[in-house]
Amino acid sequence: MIRSILIGVLAVGVIGTSYWGYKEHQEKNAVLINAENTYQRAFHDLNFHMDALEEKIGSTLAMNSRGSLSPALAEVWRLTSEAQNDVGQLPLTLLPFNKTEEFLTNIGSFSYRVAVRDLDENPLSDEEYETLKNLHSHSNDIKNELRKVQAMVIDHNLRWMDVELALASEGQPQDNTIIDGFKTVDKQVEGYSEVNWGPEVTHLNAKKENLDKNIKGKKLSEEEAKKHVIDFLDIDPKAKIDITATGNESNYKAYSVSIENKDKKSSTNLDVTQKGANPIWILMDREIGEQKLSLNEAADQARAFLKKHDITNMTISESSQYDRMGVFTFVYQQDDVSIYPDAVHIKVALDNGDIAGYESQEYLTNHHERSLLTPTISRDEALDQVNPNVQIMDQGLGVIRNDIGEEVLCYEFMGTIEKETYRIFINAENGREERVEKMDGTEMNYDTA
Amino acid sequence: MRKAFSILKIPLVIGLICAPLIMVLDGENEAGAFSNQIIQKGATGTDVIELQTRLKYIGFYTGNVDGVFGWGTYWAVRNFQYEFGMDVDGLVGPEMKAKLAKTTKYDSSQGAKSPGSSQPNKSKPKDTNVQAKNVPSGYSQNDIKLLANAVYGESRGEPYEGQVAVAAVILNRVQSASFPNTVSGVIFEPRAFTAVSDGQIWLSPNEKAKEAVIDAINGWDPTGEALYYFNPNTATSGWIWTRPQIKQIGKHIFCE
Repeated sequence: MIRSILIGVLAVGVIGTSYWGYKEHQEKNAVLINAENTYQRAFHDLNFHMDALEEKIGSTLAMNSRGSLSPALAEVWRLTSEAQNDVGQLPLTLLPFNKTEEFLTNIGSFSYRVAVRDLDENPLSDEEYETLKNLHSHSNDIKNELRKVQAMVIDHNLRWMDVELALASEGQPQDNTIIDGFKTVDKQVEGYSEVNWGPEVTHLNAKKENLDKNIKGKKLSEEEAKKHVIDFLDIDPKAKIDITATGNESNYKAYSVSIENKDKKSSTNLDVTQKGANPIWILMDREIGEQKLSLNEAADQARAFLKKHDITNMTISESSQYDRMGVFTFVYQQDDVSIYPDAVHIKVALDNGDIAGYESQEYLTNHHERSLLTPTISRDEALDQVNPNVQIMDQGLGVIRNDIGEEVLCYEFMGTIEKETYRIFINAENGREERVEKMDGTEMNYDTA
Repeated sequence: MRKAFSILKIPLVIGLICAPLIMVLDGENEAGAFSNQIIQKGATGTDVIELQTRLKYIGFYTGNVDGVFGWGTYWAVRNFQYEFGMDVDGLVGPEMKAKLAKTTKYDSSQGAKSPGSSQPNKSKPKDTNVQAKNVPSGYSQNDIKLLANAVYGESRGEPYEGQVAVAAVILNRVQSASFPNTVSGVIFEPRAFTAVSDGQIWLSPNEKAKEAVIDAINGWDPTGEALYYFNPNTATSGWIWTRPQIKQIGKHIFCE
């Protein structure tokens, strides 16, 4: 009797488990197919967009009038962004496909720049036409390579999930057809370095080299740098300080310094330049207690900090309170002109006024005395360029970096339209509207937790 | 610093004692009282709520009373200073507070809606009345939350500097030509972050992670503009070792 009950129970158990297992298996398959389909869609979209891109660039080559060239280039710009988006959805992050992505970005910024330009006044130059021709042939190559991969994927039912697996199980050589295909594409793009993108695009790629370039002085040893740090932070020379240099292959030449402060249960980390040991950034880590300082008092602390370290003529351009932290942006003032590229950021703990963070990479990279800071057009002439709906509230002069990375002297107008605040920069030489920003920085709480 | 505080507290105490007296003398209903801080743009808290309410009462401020001293409040303060012949500097100091107290009504227990109610209430409203937050320009609170999730999932055992570094790498990727152009695009790029693949991104982040994200957005980059990082003990890709390395922070090696 007991035996048959037991058998019955077990039988039900076995049937139940296998049914459950079967359901799980089905669900897992459904999820896998779903993921696979998302990849497939992104991949085929990518092919479609590369096809369209090649065709569009091709057609611009035969265009001559502004009326057709500008929209066509705007379309090229849009397609590059779509194609990039597709790439971003494929599991290619650990695959060397970044040359191709960079190439797409460069096509995008090149076509954008030409598309928004007044081509009647400033038509396509011979070099730019040459660049377009190059782009056409290169995008044609990429398109063809990708088509090969696409054909293989369709003919052999290749799955992107296998790419994922192949990438995950490193160690074995990766002989996955899709991976090989994408590697071939990227190899090909690597050879396109001769494309002349114009000065603006190359500008984007060289940023941190300037940090080392702008700083004068000779390279210090670790010991010398350590002394500078002790001096700068005004700490006990016997404190435990770790210092390491950044990697040799990197263009970022710095010493990373780490200081433990056992009594205060805090630690301070910073990077200093190898030349001259100027702090690039400082971060202090400790628990912040209850707020006792107002933002205004914190600003005084930040000012005192800058003064103490001989960073002079700085004024606050932004101040914000984040919980128990006050964060300030200071910019350099030269003859009443705000030099926005020369900025430092300071974070002040609102419990005791400690400087909890300092960041000066922009300042170190850009700071120098500018010559000729006098506007050629008058304030009223500049004001004529401003949208008449803007009610001007404040004004001044400022140096900013414009779209193409040049420093320009501008009239700076702050104004409002209804409840929104705008900052408008008008070039003080030619009256060009260099930049219009909507100033926000406050957001209602949507906390639902 | 501590000493300075106790000195600062004295006028506060005197102010608190005298406040009811002044109210009586004025014959006004002044239940609310500013603390003695100088309020400047970017500040948050109850003083800002009072400031906004008072400015709204006399029509200088038209926005929401949200407790954040933003641009709208800033212009209102400047207009008020201009109209009342003060230095136009956008700072709310003792002189401006006195003028405000004279010209406007404020009941800290009720806010602006019922300036007529006469129940003085000693207990100050908590910061729960603050309905908004400062956010670094160009980012929403939800962007910050998403970033904090990613940072927490990827590096919760790391030193603070290492958490800022992970946030900085995500932001560097958004800037970079070879990655997607949005925060979510970078975070959810397949195989980009292990915390996304294994679901750890959905753990609730702590305050440290959020602070790290805000620091990174405000410009701190401990990595020297790194685009990749990996844990040398668990890295599965051989390719990652070929990238030029910048530095190691905690368990992660950051590279270009």
